[in-house]
Amino acid sequence: MLINKYLTTLGKYIMLMGRTFSRPERLKMFLKQYVKEMMQLGVNSIGIVLLISFFIGAVICIQIRMNIQSPWMPRFITGYTTREIMLLEFSSTIMCLILAGKVGSNIASEIGSMRVTQQIDALDIMGVNSANFLIFPKILGMVTLMPFLVIFSTTSGIIGAYATSFFGHIISADDLTLGFQHDFNQWFVWMSIIKSLFFAFIISSVPAFFGYTVEGGSVNVGKASTNAVVCSSVLILFSDLLLTQILS
Amino acid sequence: MIEINHLYKYFGNKEVIQDINATFQNGITNLIIGQSGSGKTVLIKNIVGLLEPTKGTIIYDGRDFISMSKSERIMLRREMGMIFQSAALFDSLSVLENVMFPLDMFSNDTLRDRTKRARSCLDRVNLIEAQDKFPGEISGGMQKRVAIARAIALNPKYLFCDEPNSGLDPKTSLIIDELIHGITKEYDMTTIINTHDMNSVIDIGDNIIFIYEGRMEWQGTKEDIMKATNKRLNDFVFASDLFRKVKDVEMEK
Repeated sequence: MLINKYLTTLGKYIMLMGRTFSRPERLKMFLKQYVKEMMQLGVNSIGIVLLISFFIGAVICIQIRMNIQSPWMPRFITGYTTREIMLLEFSSTIMCLILAGKVGSNIASEIGSMRVTQQIDALDIMGVNSANFLIFPKILGMVTLMPFLVIFSTTSGIIGAYATSFFGHIISADDLTLGFQHDFNQWFVWMSIIKSLFFAFIISSVPAFFGYTVEGGSVNVGKASTNAVVCSSVLILFSDLLLTQILS
Repeated sequence: MIEINHLYKYFGNKEVIQDINATFQNGITNLIIGQSGSGKTVLIKNIVGLLEPTKGTIIYDGRDFISMSKSERIMLRREMGMIFQSAALFDSLSVLENVMFPLDMFSNDTLRDRTKRARSCLDRVNLIEAQDKFPGEISGGMQKRVAIARAIALNPKYLFCDEPNSGLDPKTSLIIDELIHGITKEYDMTTIINTHDMNSVIDIGDNIIFIYEGRMEWQGTKEDIMKATNKRLNDFVFASDLFRKVKDVEMEK
């Protein structure tokens, strides 16, 4: 029975995506929505991405310096490990998990509220493809800006690590720089960006589905919002496992 | 003109709409009345295509809505306007932008012409002064008037109103009723209003359909309703003292 329920939900999700990925009725209106969504979902997330990445970068640096760095370890180990953690997992996966909470709940509650207040019905009655008009710009906006957020996150994490050197005097800046530059593999940057594109799709499309299919009143909008965040987070972790296997 | 033939709607095993046959003429206000839960909203949602009927046909000026392709339905929907119970205005858009929305989506006119048309629609509902406000900043009655302006922006042939007076005071309800009645005649539209407001029945009921437990019980005009002998209709319409007195006065005349 549970399998049946999941398969039905998956079928509904695929059908909604089918309606979403169609040619926009009015390109000018679509572009307007696209820019608006990039601002709302992407640009408005830059602050939290920079803040969290800065502190996580700093904390990783301190932890590695305190717990791993020893006379038996090379000087570059702290910078090297900080860079790899930030680049391979934090800036793509963990940051997307955080964004699943912020952006995902925003999308689910916005579309869910539109559903329960009949705004989506109003669009349908006008002959507008509501799924395409509401969801497509969100997905495209999120996928467009996600690589930039990943780059900002990695950069901010590295700045955070340097901050521990300049303000905490925990490690010398030279040792950090040596670690950051040691055995750098450019592919890891691309891997991080490729992973984040998949996660951006999950973060925007799954909550949109939960919001779009909500029934009832405001209590159900809240439930849909919570379910959207939980489901997106699980899907991000699951796809991270697959993508890491495939891309490594 | 909209014709409905042998319309049924089931939710699981439950029959919500049963064998409805009705004709809604253009240029007059057609009212669907009935108690809460009688199936009025389900009926109107079937007519506009928000729900799929289980059986039956819906004909829009000779065009069968049920057997239409998806693209034909989209084209037909551009001839429809709808006023929802909750007004359903877009929160993120101003009053003027709300009215301009269908024009921006479907009209090929210049921005200047679209703005002019939207302003004239707002002027028709006496709300030109509120054009820069957002839906959250105006009253419920004003929101309904904006919804009317948005619904008529593209000169629709069919107008649907789902309980347009819901949550409004009697005076504002009267304004909304007169506005809908006025624009129906002005644009020669086929207007269907779903209501349980008896003031609307007395005021603008050119053609009235009474629904009871999903079945059509009675059809007539506001004049006919005074002489109707259908017990269920009388129990519903003349439930209040006021309407019983109105009936007595009418009968004395």
